[in-house]
Amino acid sequence: MSFEDDLARLEAIARALEGDRLPLDEALRLFEEGVARLRAASAALETAESKVKRLVQAEDGSLTVEDLPT
Amino acid sequence: MPPRRDSVRGEPTGESPDSAVSVSSLAMFVKAIVEGSAPPLWVQGEVTGFKMYRTGHWYFTLRDADAQVRCVVWQRDASRIPAAPDEGMRVVAFGRLNVYAARAEVQFAITRLESEGDGLWRKAFEEAQARLAADGLLDPSRKRRLPKYPRVIAVVTSPDGAALHDIVAVTRRRDPTVSIVVVPALVQGENAPRSLHSALRRVAKWGRADLVIVGRGGGSREDLWAFNDERVARAVAACPIPTISAVGHEVDVSLCDLVADLRAATPSAAAESAVPVRAEVEAGLVRFGGRLRNALSRRAERARTEYARAQRDLVQSARRAIELRRAWLGAQTARLDALSPLRTLDRGYAVARAADGTPLTSVADFVAGADFSVVVRDGTVDARATAVHPEEK
Repeated sequence: MSFEDDLARLEAIARALEGDRLPLDEALRLFEEGVARLRAASAALETAESKVKRLVQAEDGSLTVEDLPT
Repeated sequence: MPPRRDSVRGEPTGESPDSAVSVSSLAMFVKAIVEGSAPPLWVQGEVTGFKMYRTGHWYFTLRDADAQVRCVVWQRDASRIPAAPDEGMRVVAFGRLNVYAARAEVQFAITRLESEGDGLWRKAFEEAQARLAADGLLDPSRKRRLPKYPRVIAVVTSPDGAALHDIVAVTRRRDPTVSIVVVPALVQGENAPRSLHSALRRVAKWGRADLVIVGRGGGSREDLWAFNDERVARAVAACPIPTISAVGHEVDVSLCDLVADLRAATPSAAAESAVPVRAEVEAGLVRFGGRLRNALSRRAERARTEYARAQRDLVQSARRAIELRRAWLGAQTARLDALSPLRTLDRGYAVARAADGTPLTSVADFVAGADFSVVVRDGTVDARATAVHPEEK
Protein backbone atom coordinates (compact mmCIF):
# COMPACT_ATOMS: atom_id res chain seq x y z
CA MET A 1 0.00 0.00 0.00
CA SER A 2 1.60 3.29 -1.06
CA PHE A 3 1.75 6.49 0.92
CA GLU A 4 -0.73 7.99 -1.47
CA ASP A 5 -3.14 5.04 -1.08
CA ASP A 6 -2.84 5.36 2.69
CA LEU A 7 -3.79 9.02 2.52
CA ALA A 8 -6.66 8.39 0.14
CA ARG A 9 -7.98 5.67 2.46
CA LEU A 10 -7.58 7.98 5.46
CA GLU A 11 -9.66 10.61 3.72
CA ALA A 12 -12.37 8.06 2.99
CA ILE A 13 -12.30 6.81 6.58
CA ALA A 14 -12.47 10.34 8.03
CA ARG A 15 -15.42 11.16 5.80
CA ALA A 16 -17.26 7.98 6.71
CA LEU A 17 -16.69 8.60 10.41
CA GLU A 18 -17.78 12.21 10.12
CA GLY A 19 -20.86 11.16 8.19
CA ASP A 20 -22.75 9.96 11.31
CA ARG A 21 -24.32 7.10 9.44
CA LEU A 22 -22.21 4.23 10.64
CA PRO A 23 -23.19 1.59 13.17
CA LEU A 24 -20.97 1.95 16.22
CA ASP A 25 -19.04 -1.27 15.69
CA GLU A 26 -18.28 -0.27 12.10
CA ALA A 27 -17.15 3.17 13.30
CA LEU A 28 -14.79 1.57 15.80
CA ARG A 29 -13.38 -0.78 13.19
CA LEU A 30 -12.76 2.14 10.79
CA PHE A 31 -11.15 4.19 13.52
CA GLU A 32 -8.71 1.39 14.24
CA GLU A 33 -7.90 1.05 10.56
CA GLY A 34 -7.42 4.81 10.31
CA VAL A 35 -4.97 4.84 13.20
CA ALA A 36 -3.00 1.98 11.62
CA ARG A 37 -2.82 3.78 8.29
CA LEU A 38 -1.84 7.02 9.93
CA ARG A 39 1.01 5.18 11.60
CA ALA A 40 2.10 3.62 8.27
CA ALA A 41 2.01 6.98 6.51
CA SER A 42 4.03 8.65 9.26
CA ALA A 43 6.59 5.84 9.11
CA ALA A 44 6.90 6.32 5.34
CA LEU A 45 7.88 9.93 5.96
CA GLU A 46 10.58 8.92 8.41
CA THR A 47 12.99 7.72 5.72
CA ALA A 48 16.41 9.28 5.81
CA GLU A 49 17.46 12.15 3.62
CA SER A 50 18.01 10.82 0.16
CA LYS A 51 20.95 11.30 -2.17
CA VAL A 52 20.81 12.17 -5.82
CA LYS A 53 21.46 9.01 -7.79
CA ARG A 54 22.12 8.21 -11.37
CA LEU A 55 20.56 5.51 -13.51
CA VAL A 56 23.28 3.47 -15.19
CA GLN A 57 23.02 0.68 -17.67
CA ALA A 58 25.39 -2.25 -17.25
CA GLU A 59 27.04 -4.13 -20.11
CA ASP A 60 24.31 -6.73 -20.00
CA GLY A 61 21.65 -4.04 -20.36
CA SER A 62 20.46 -4.25 -16.77
CA LEU A 63 19.71 -0.93 -15.05
CA THR A 64 20.92 0.08 -11.60
CA VAL A 65 21.30 3.31 -9.67
CA GLU A 66 24.54 4.58 -8.20
CA ASP A 67 25.38 7.72 -6.25
CA LEU A 68 25.99 10.68 -8.46
CA PRO A 69 29.63 11.72 -8.19
CA THR A 70 29.66 15.30 -6.99
CA MET B 1 48.75 17.07 -87.81
CA PRO B 2 48.54 16.36 -84.10
CA PRO B 3 47.36 19.19 -81.83
CA ARG B 4 50.10 21.25 -80.22
CA ARG B 5 51.09 20.04 -76.85
CA ASP B 6 52.06 21.89 -73.74
CA SER B 7 55.78 22.05 -73.96
CA VAL B 8 56.36 20.48 -70.55
CA ARG B 9 53.48 18.05 -69.94
CA GLY B 10 52.30 17.52 -73.41
CA GLU B 11 48.68 18.56 -72.53
CA PRO B 12 46.48 20.51 -74.99
CA THR B 13 46.46 24.21 -74.02
CA GLY B 14 43.57 25.41 -76.17
CA GLU B 15 45.72 28.11 -77.60
CA SER B 16 45.19 26.99 -81.19
CA PRO B 17 42.96 24.60 -83.06
CA ASP B 18 45.81 22.12 -82.83
CA SER B 19 45.79 22.17 -79.03
CA ALA B 20 41.97 22.29 -78.56
CA VAL B 21 40.95 20.96 -75.14
CA SER B 22 38.22 18.41 -74.58
CA VAL B 23 34.75 19.41 -73.38
CA SER B 24 35.49 17.60 -70.16
CA SER B 25 38.61 19.67 -69.67
CA LEU B 26 36.62 22.83 -70.26
CA ALA B 27 34.05 21.72 -67.72
CA MET B 28 36.76 20.89 -65.22
CA PHE B 29 38.26 24.31 -65.93
CA VAL B 30 34.97 25.99 -65.08
CA LYS B 31 34.69 23.87 -61.96
CA ALA B 32 38.19 24.76 -60.82
CA ILE B 33 37.69 28.49 -61.38
CA VAL B 34 34.28 28.69 -59.75
CA GLU B 35 34.91 26.42 -56.80
CA GLY B 36 38.39 27.76 -56.26
CA SER B 37 37.52 31.42 -56.15
CA ALA B 38 34.06 31.82 -54.59
CA PRO B 39 34.08 31.66 -50.77
CA PRO B 40 31.12 30.15 -48.89
CA LEU B 41 28.52 32.84 -48.40
CA TRP B 42 24.95 33.66 -47.36
CA VAL B 43 22.47 34.30 -50.14
CA GLN B 44 18.92 35.55 -49.83
CA GLY B 45 16.17 34.77 -52.26
CA GLU B 46 12.86 33.13 -52.91
CA VAL B 47 12.46 29.36 -53.23
CA THR B 48 10.86 27.94 -56.33
CA GLY B 49 10.56 24.51 -57.93
CA PHE B 50 11.44 22.53 -54.82
CA LYS B 51 11.98 18.78 -55.34
CA MET B 52 13.15 16.17 -52.90
CA TYR B 53 14.80 13.16 -54.52
CA ARG B 54 14.50 9.68 -53.22
CA THR B 55 18.12 9.90 -52.18
CA GLY B 56 17.12 12.65 -49.73
CA HIS B 57 18.86 15.41 -51.70
CA TRP B 58 16.88 18.62 -52.24
CA TYR B 59 16.87 20.57 -55.49
CA PHE B 60 15.29 23.96 -56.06
CA THR B 61 15.93 27.36 -57.54
CA LEU B 62 16.64 30.55 -55.64
CA ARG B 63 15.56 33.68 -57.42
CA ASP B 64 14.94 37.33 -57.14
CA ALA B 65 13.36 39.74 -59.61
CA ASP B 66 16.22 39.54 -62.07
CA ALA B 67 18.02 36.23 -61.76
CA GLN B 68 17.86 32.66 -60.56
CA VAL B 69 20.40 30.08 -59.45
CA ARG B 70 20.00 26.31 -59.22
CA CYS B 71 20.50 25.05 -55.68
CA VAL B 72 21.15 21.69 -54.08
CA VAL B 73 21.03 20.55 -50.47
CA TRP B 74 22.74 17.22 -50.00
CA GLN B 75 20.86 14.70 -47.86
CA ARG B 76 23.34 14.98 -44.99
CA ASP B 77 22.74 18.73 -44.74
CA ALA B 78 19.02 18.49 -45.46
CA SER B 79 18.54 16.22 -42.44
CA ARG B 80 19.74 19.05 -40.19
CA ILE B 81 17.30 21.59 -41.59
CA PRO B 82 14.04 21.48 -39.61
CA ALA B 83 11.72 21.34 -42.62
CA ALA B 84 11.70 21.66 -46.36
CA PRO B 85 10.95 25.20 -47.60
CA ASP B 86 7.63 25.98 -49.19
CA GLU B 87 7.20 27.32 -52.69
CA GLY B 88 7.76 31.07 -52.70
CA MET B 89 9.24 31.09 -49.19
CA ARG B 90 11.83 33.81 -48.64
CA VAL B 91 14.99 32.25 -47.25
CA VAL B 92 18.61 32.93 -46.50
CA ALA B 93 20.93 30.09 -47.44
CA PHE B 94 24.54 29.46 -46.61
CA GLY B 95 26.62 27.46 -49.04
CA ARG B 96 29.18 27.58 -51.77
CA LEU B 97 29.14 27.57 -55.52
CA ASN B 98 29.58 24.19 -56.98
CA VAL B 99 29.87 23.03 -60.58
CA TYR B 100 28.24 19.91 -61.86
CA ALA B 101 31.06 18.96 -64.17
CA ALA B 102 29.07 16.79 -66.55
CA ARG B 103 27.11 19.85 -67.60
CA ALA B 104 29.43 22.62 -66.44
CA GLU B 105 26.40 23.94 -64.64
CA VAL B 106 26.81 26.17 -61.66
CA GLN B 107 24.72 25.34 -58.66
CA PHE B 108 24.66 26.69 -55.14
CA ALA B 109 25.29 23.88 -52.66
CA ILE B 110 23.48 24.84 -49.48
CA THR B 111 24.45 23.60 -46.04
CA ARG B 112 22.25 25.84 -43.90
CA LEU B 113 18.87 27.23 -44.70
CA GLU B 114 16.79 29.65 -42.65
CA SER B 115 13.52 31.20 -43.50
CA GLU B 116 12.67 34.78 -42.74
CA GLY B 117 11.04 34.88 -39.37
CA ASP B 118 10.81 31.31 -38.08
CA GLY B 119 8.92 29.76 -40.97
CA LEU B 120 10.91 26.55 -41.24
CA TRP B 121 10.92 25.85 -37.54
CA ARG B 122 7.25 26.56 -37.32
CA LYS B 123 6.55 24.40 -40.32
CA ALA B 124 8.56 21.50 -38.92
CA PHE B 125 6.80 21.90 -35.60
CA GLU B 126 3.35 22.04 -37.15
CA GLU B 127 3.97 19.01 -39.33
CA ALA B 128 5.15 16.93 -36.40
CA GLN B 129 2.31 18.24 -34.26
CA ALA B 130 -0.19 17.19 -36.91
CA ARG B 131 1.26 13.67 -37.00
CA LEU B 132 1.13 13.39 -33.20
CA ALA B 133 -2.44 14.66 -33.24
CA ALA B 134 -3.37 12.16 -35.96
CA ASP B 135 -2.13 9.40 -33.66
CA GLY B 136 -4.23 10.77 -30.81
CA LEU B 137 -1.17 11.63 -28.73
CA LEU B 138 -2.37 15.19 -28.06
CA ASP B 139 -5.76 14.10 -26.79
CA PRO B 140 -6.36 15.82 -23.42
CA SER B 141 -7.92 12.60 -22.12
CA ARG B 142 -4.48 10.97 -22.37
CA LYS B 143 -3.15 13.25 -19.64
CA ARG B 144 -2.58 11.23 -16.52
CA ARG B 145 -2.93 12.52 -12.99
CA LEU B 146 0.45 12.98 -11.38
CA PRO B 147 1.13 11.04 -8.19
CA LYS B 148 0.46 13.35 -5.24
CA TYR B 149 3.34 12.05 -3.20
CA PRO B 150 6.12 10.80 -5.47
CA ARG B 151 8.95 9.16 -3.55
CA VAL B 152 11.29 8.60 -6.52
CA ILE B 153 11.58 11.16 -9.31
CA ALA B 154 13.55 10.36 -12.44
CA VAL B 155 15.04 13.38 -14.20
CA VAL B 156 15.97 12.98 -17.84
CA THR B 157 18.46 15.76 -18.49
CA SER B 158 22.13 16.61 -18.63
CA PRO B 159 23.87 15.59 -15.37
CA ASP B 160 25.87 18.82 -15.54
CA GLY B 161 23.11 21.22 -16.44
CA ALA B 162 21.34 23.95 -14.51
CA ALA B 163 18.07 22.05 -14.86
CA LEU B 164 19.23 19.19 -12.64
CA HIS B 165 20.72 21.62 -10.15
CA ASP B 166 17.43 23.54 -9.90
CA ILE B 167 15.30 20.42 -9.60
CA VAL B 168 17.52 19.01 -6.84
CA ALA B 169 17.55 22.33 -4.98
CA VAL B 170 13.77 22.79 -5.10
CA THR B 171 13.08 19.15 -4.21
CA ARG B 172 15.48 19.26 -1.23
CA ARG B 173 13.85 22.41 0.04
CA ARG B 174 10.36 20.97 -0.21
CA ASP B 175 11.04 17.43 0.92
CA PRO B 176 14.60 16.17 1.44
CA THR B 177 13.41 12.56 1.62
CA VAL B 178 12.26 12.42 -1.98
CA SER B 179 14.80 10.56 -4.13
CA ILE B 180 16.04 11.95 -7.41
CA VAL B 181 17.51 9.66 -10.03
CA VAL B 182 19.24 11.35 -12.92
CA VAL B 183 18.96 9.66 -16.28
CA PRO B 184 21.78 11.31 -18.19
CA ALA B 185 21.01 12.55 -21.68
CA LEU B 186 22.40 15.05 -24.13
CA VAL B 187 19.99 17.97 -24.28
CA GLN B 188 21.33 19.84 -27.26
CA GLY B 189 23.14 19.16 -30.47
CA GLU B 190 22.66 16.70 -33.24
CA ASN B 191 22.72 13.63 -31.01
CA ALA B 192 20.36 15.00 -28.38
CA PRO B 193 17.15 13.50 -29.82
CA ARG B 194 18.60 10.00 -29.91
CA SER B 195 20.08 10.42 -26.45
CA LEU B 196 16.82 11.74 -24.94
CA HIS B 197 14.87 9.00 -26.65
CA SER B 198 17.11 6.30 -25.27
CA ALA B 199 17.11 7.84 -21.76
CA LEU B 200 13.29 7.84 -21.75
CA ARG B 201 13.29 4.19 -22.76
CA ARG B 202 15.71 3.40 -19.92
CA VAL B 203 13.42 5.10 -17.37
CA ALA B 204 10.48 3.10 -18.66
CA LYS B 205 12.44 -0.13 -18.51
CA TRP B 206 13.79 0.57 -15.02
CA GLY B 207 10.23 1.22 -13.86
CA ARG B 208 11.03 2.28 -10.30
CA ALA B 209 10.29 5.98 -10.63
CA ASP B 210 6.92 7.44 -9.62
CA LEU B 211 7.33 10.40 -11.92
CA VAL B 212 9.60 11.52 -14.77
CA ILE B 213 10.74 15.09 -15.37
CA VAL B 214 12.29 15.60 -18.80
CA GLY B 215 13.85 18.91 -19.65
CA ARG B 216 16.69 21.39 -19.65
CA GLY B 217 17.30 25.02 -18.81
CA GLY B 218 16.62 27.85 -21.21
CA GLY B 219 18.50 28.39 -24.43
CA SER B 220 18.14 29.45 -28.01
CA ARG B 221 15.53 27.90 -30.22
CA GLU B 222 18.15 25.65 -31.77
CA ASP B 223 19.43 24.60 -28.33
CA LEU B 224 15.93 23.54 -27.39
CA TRP B 225 15.12 21.90 -30.67
CA ALA B 226 15.70 18.35 -29.44
CA PHE B 227 12.51 18.76 -27.38
CA ASN B 228 10.65 19.39 -30.62
CA ASP B 229 11.93 16.18 -32.09
CA GLU B 230 9.06 13.93 -32.99
CA ARG B 231 10.77 10.76 -31.78
CA VAL B 232 11.48 12.35 -28.42
CA ALA B 233 7.89 13.52 -28.13
CA ARG B 234 6.68 10.02 -28.97
CA ALA B 235 8.97 8.54 -26.32
CA VAL B 236 7.51 10.97 -23.76
CA ALA B 237 4.00 9.99 -24.83
CA ALA B 238 4.88 6.29 -24.58
CA CYS B 239 6.41 6.58 -21.11
CA PRO B 240 4.42 4.33 -18.75
CA ILE B 241 5.22 6.68 -15.85
CA PRO B 242 3.55 10.12 -15.58
CA THR B 243 5.70 12.83 -17.14
CA ILE B 244 6.39 16.51 -16.60
CA SER B 245 8.09 18.39 -19.39
CA ALA B 246 10.30 21.20 -18.20
CA VAL B 247 12.00 22.95 -21.07
CA GLY B 248 13.16 26.36 -19.99
CA HIS B 249 11.43 28.61 -22.40
CA GLU B 250 8.89 31.28 -21.78
CA VAL B 251 7.05 31.78 -25.02
CA ASP B 252 7.15 28.68 -27.16
CA VAL B 253 5.59 25.37 -26.44
CA SER B 254 7.63 22.30 -27.36
CA LEU B 255 6.28 19.06 -28.74
CA CYS B 256 7.35 17.42 -25.48
CA ASP B 257 5.20 19.96 -23.61
CA LEU B 258 2.22 18.94 -25.69
CA VAL B 259 2.47 15.23 -24.99
CA ALA B 260 3.66 15.33 -21.37
CA ASP B 261 1.09 14.90 -18.61
CA LEU B 262 2.06 18.31 -17.25
CA ARG B 263 3.97 21.19 -18.78
CA ALA B 264 6.14 23.23 -16.44
CA ALA B 265 7.68 26.50 -17.60
CA THR B 266 11.03 25.75 -15.98
CA PRO B 267 12.77 22.82 -14.26
CA SER B 268 12.26 24.55 -10.89
CA ALA B 269 8.56 24.89 -11.58
CA ALA B 270 8.46 21.19 -12.48
CA ALA B 271 9.93 20.25 -9.09
CA GLU B 272 7.47 22.55 -7.35
CA SER B 273 4.52 20.92 -9.08
CA ALA B 274 5.88 17.45 -8.42
CA VAL B 275 6.90 17.56 -4.77
CA PRO B 276 4.53 18.55 -1.98
CA VAL B 277 6.10 20.46 0.91
CA ARG B 278 6.95 17.90 3.56
CA ALA B 279 5.90 20.12 6.46
CA GLU B 280 2.45 20.44 4.88
CA VAL B 281 2.21 16.69 4.38
CA GLU B 282 3.09 16.14 8.04
CA ALA B 283 0.59 18.77 9.13
CA GLY B 284 -1.94 16.96 6.95
CA LEU B 285 -1.26 13.71 8.80
CA VAL B 286 -1.69 15.44 12.14
CA ARG B 287 -5.00 16.89 10.91
CA PHE B 288 -6.12 13.41 9.90
CA GLY B 289 -5.38 12.15 13.40
CA GLY B 290 -7.50 14.97 14.82
CA ARG B 291 -10.33 14.31 12.42
CA LEU B 292 -10.38 10.62 13.26
CA ARG B 293 -10.40 11.21 17.02
CA ASN B 294 -13.01 13.95 16.83
CA ALA B 295 -15.23 11.92 14.58
CA LEU B 296 -14.97 8.89 16.82
CA SER B 297 -15.64 10.81 20.03
CA ARG B 298 -18.64 12.49 18.42
CA ARG B 299 -19.82 9.07 17.32
CA ALA B 300 -19.32 7.69 20.84
CA GLU B 301 -21.10 10.69 22.35
CA ARG B 302 -24.00 10.06 20.05
CA ALA B 303 -24.01 6.39 21.01
CA ARG B 304 -24.17 7.32 24.70
CA THR B 305 -27.05 9.71 24.03
CA GLU B 306 -28.84 7.07 22.03
CA TYR B 307 -28.33 4.53 24.79
CA ALA B 308 -29.65 6.87 27.46
CA ARG B 309 -32.66 7.74 25.32
CA ALA B 310 -33.35 4.08 24.58
CA GLN B 311 -33.12 3.25 28.27
CA ARG B 312 -35.50 6.04 29.17
CA ASP B 313 -37.88 5.03 26.40
CA LEU B 314 -37.78 1.44 27.54
CA VAL B 315 -38.59 2.28 31.14
CA GLN B 316 -41.35 4.62 30.06
CA SER B 317 -42.95 2.18 27.72
CA ALA B 318 -42.72 -0.61 30.30
CA ARG B 319 -44.37 1.64 32.82
CA ARG B 320 -47.05 2.65 30.37
CA ALA B 321 -47.70 -0.99 29.51
CA ILE B 322 -48.10 -1.88 33.15
CA GLU B 323 -50.47 1.01 33.73
CA LEU B 324 -52.51 0.08 30.70
CA ARG B 325 -52.83 -3.47 31.88
CA ARG B 326 -53.71 -2.38 35.37
CA ALA B 327 -56.42 -0.08 34.06
CA TRP B 328 -57.73 -2.80 31.82
CA LEU B 329 -57.76 -5.25 34.69
CA GLY B 330 -59.69 -2.78 36.86
CA ALA B 331 -62.25 -2.26 34.13
CA GLN B 332 -62.64 -5.96 33.60
CA THR B 333 -63.02 -6.50 37.32
CA ALA B 334 -65.74 -3.87 37.58
CA ARG B 335 -67.51 -5.35 34.59
CA LEU B 336 -67.31 -8.87 35.98
CA ASP B 337 -68.44 -7.58 39.27
CA ALA B 338 -71.49 -5.95 37.72
CA LEU B 339 -72.42 -9.15 35.96
CA SER B 340 -71.70 -11.45 38.86
CA PRO B 341 -74.71 -13.58 39.96
CA LEU B 342 -73.48 -13.07 43.48
CA ARG B 343 -74.68 -9.46 43.21
CA THR B 344 -78.14 -10.70 42.15
CA LEU B 345 -78.25 -13.11 45.08
CA ASP B 346 -77.37 -10.18 47.30
CA ARG B 347 -80.49 -8.50 46.12
CA GLY B 348 -82.60 -11.51 47.31
CA TYR B 349 -82.85 -13.64 44.20
CA ALA B 350 -82.04 -17.36 44.24
CA VAL B 351 -80.67 -19.75 41.61
CA ALA B 352 -81.83 -23.31 41.16
CA ARG B 353 -79.18 -25.82 40.11
CA ALA B 354 -79.25 -29.44 39.16
CA ALA B 355 -77.11 -31.90 41.08
CA ASP B 356 -74.37 -31.48 38.43
CA GLY B 357 -74.47 -27.68 38.87
CA THR B 358 -76.40 -26.89 35.67
CA PRO B 359 -78.60 -23.82 36.24
CA LEU B 360 -82.34 -24.70 36.07
CA THR B 361 -83.97 -21.72 34.36
CA SER B 362 -87.11 -23.17 32.80
CA VAL B 363 -89.93 -25.49 33.94
CA ALA B 364 -88.61 -27.79 31.25
CA ASP B 365 -85.36 -28.17 33.25
CA PHE B 366 -87.25 -29.56 36.24
CA VAL B 367 -88.44 -33.11 36.65
CA ALA B 368 -91.21 -33.65 39.24
CA GLY B 369 -89.86 -35.50 42.18
CA ALA B 370 -86.18 -34.76 41.31
CA ASP B 371 -83.73 -33.24 43.78
CA PHE B 372 -82.05 -29.93 43.08
CA SER B 373 -80.40 -27.22 45.08
CA VAL B 374 -81.21 -23.58 45.59
CA VAL B 375 -78.34 -21.12 45.91
CA VAL B 376 -79.10 -18.04 47.99
CA ARG B 377 -76.99 -15.14 49.22
CA ASP B 378 -75.38 -16.99 52.06
CA GLY B 379 -75.52 -20.69 51.15
CA THR B 380 -77.21 -23.61 49.45
CA VAL B 381 -80.53 -25.28 50.26
CA ASP B 382 -81.33 -28.87 49.13
CA ALA B 383 -84.82 -29.10 47.57
CA ARG B 384 -87.20 -31.41 45.65
CA ALA B 385 -89.62 -30.53 42.84
CA THR B 386 -93.03 -31.76 43.95
CA ALA B 387 -94.85 -30.65 40.81
CA VAL B 388 -94.02 -28.78 37.58
CA HIS B 389 -96.54 -26.17 36.22
CA PRO B 390 -95.73 -24.66 32.83
CA GLU B 391 -97.15 -21.16 32.45
CA GLU B 392 -100.46 -21.01 30.62
CA LYS B 393 -100.03 -19.10 27.34
